[in-house]
Amino acid sequence: MTINEIQDQIIADFNLFDDWMDKYALLIDLGNSLEPLDEKHKIPQNIIEGCQSRVWLTAELVDGKIIFKGESDAILVKGIVALLLQVLSGQTPDDIVNTELYFIEKIGLKEHLSPTRSNGLLAMVKQMKMYALVFKAKFEKGI
Amino acid sequence: MTTNEINNIRAEFPILLEKVYNRPLIYFDNAATTQKPKAVLDRIIYGYEHLNANIHRGVHFLSQQATEAHEDARNYIANFINASSSTEIIFTRGTTEAINLVAFSLGEFACQKGDEIVISVMEHHSNIVPWQMLCERKGMKLRIIPMNEKGELQLDEYEKLLNERTKLVSVTHVSNVLGTINPVKEIITKAHSKNIPVLIDGAQAVPHIQVDVQELDADFYVFSGHKVYASTGIGVLFGKREWLEKIPPYQGGGEMIQNVTFERTTYNELPFKFEAGTPDYIGSTALAEALKYVQNIGMEKIANYENELTRYATKRLMEIDGMRIYGTSENKSSVISFLVENIHPYDIGAILDKHGIAVRTGHHCAQPLMDFLKIPGTVRTSFSFYNTKEEIDTFIEALKRVVNMFR
Repeated sequence: MTINEIQDQIIADFNLFDDWMDKYALLIDLGNSLEPLDEKHKIPQNIIEGCQSRVWLTAELVDGKIIFKGESDAILVKGIVALLLQVLSGQTPDDIVNTELYFIEKIGLKEHLSPTRSNGLLAMVKQMKMYALVFKAKFEKGI
Repeated sequence: MTTNEINNIRAEFPILLEKVYNRPLIYFDNAATTQKPKAVLDRIIYGYEHLNANIHRGVHFLSQQATEAHEDARNYIANFINASSSTEIIFTRGTTEAINLVAFSLGEFACQKGDEIVISVMEHHSNIVPWQMLCERKGMKLRIIPMNEKGELQLDEYEKLLNERTKLVSVTHVSNVLGTINPVKEIITKAHSKNIPVLIDGAQAVPHIQVDVQELDADFYVFSGHKVYASTGIGVLFGKREWLEKIPPYQGGGEMIQNVTFERTTYNELPFKFEAGTPDYIGSTALAEALKYVQNIGMEKIANYENELTRYATKRLMEIDGMRIYGTSENKSSVISFLVENIHPYDIGAILDKHGIAVRTGHHCAQPLMDFLKIPGTVRTSFSFYNTKEEIDTFIEALKRVVNMFR
């Protein structure tokens, strides 16, 4: 699926619920079922430090696609990490660089990406795009 | 306080009518900043509508009126904390700037390589970092007073830290995380017995306790306006006259000078020596108005009611399985820090927010304290006299629901 198809699918899933409690319950489920990041990857260079909660992120290029893995110490943040991985992991650097992430706003979780929350999520999105840029540049240079 | 009194007070705080996600706002983040009563808001508007002119130098009527209002405010504040003279009241942007001022000016005056500053493990970053910067600048050492498991400073350990190299003791009056009210008078007496001056960070104390700087015999006492129902950007440094005369100015500029030539500048007298630039003469009058407001209610009445809320909230919080409260001193202000089981504070705070309940989560600008407690952060509720037991009940029910979501 393309990035936007996945985003639209997530929006449709969340739109099944009117009540924010149900949306949050879904996010908690997503957080709880996210495959934990191997402890060996929870090292300082993979950490995206927020004031409130911490996020870890790793990226590798496999067959021209970026495989992201991530985790957080807060479940709600972990839920959003799971969604970001669903959307961006397994996509090409080109697609990731050019994509506009609109699903978080559309499912009503925008406040978690606000800089005032300082939970590491905004920095994570930036970091994912940064990885994509680096992989893209390396690819174009033939490294 | 009676229900009627509380309702009357609540009616004076316009923001308490706000809805958050369509629910009535429950504001339990008063240790971060307090809401403003109409009297303070009106004073700010009145200042700009009727008394706005740059102060001290103006020959014209309006400037003189504005100067008078600003200096009246200084007098009021001096009386409020019982300073012996209004020249001992320096306006700053807040607690942080006041501490930075002392760290710079006392540092320049009294500190040399090998000297020491004593602070405590429960300090806010604003009472850590300025001293660290001073230590780096001068090659000095920071010494830390430890605390016990209830969140009380260990005074026997404190005494051992004091020696001939100690240039200042700087501790908080009330902990912004644990709520502990520290025995600052005893701390000051002990330091003075060795001729060491003491700075007290009163940011969390002034809204809850009647402070008397002469009775405490504090050398420096600092606090912020916005934590005591005034506007942001105004704060106070009280300093004993003997100290303020001795230490050099912090910032240079207008207001703080007596005479300037390119060869040499002489400094203005106290308190202006420390007030470079146009002061916040609207903020100062708003601060005096806020202090009048709390004084009209009565500091003792405020303390009693806030203690009652804190006791009630503590009792109700303990109904929840897995509840851990950090800071269990008997001598405590209206701050409660807690964690439930291993649920992350962010998760609790984010969902309480959806219920319209404002609490603070995280390390509360006291990371060394979090390290000491071996936790990443806490959820913190902090009450003011405009909060109610009904709000606490709503909060507890919401918290129970939140905890169930993560179990």
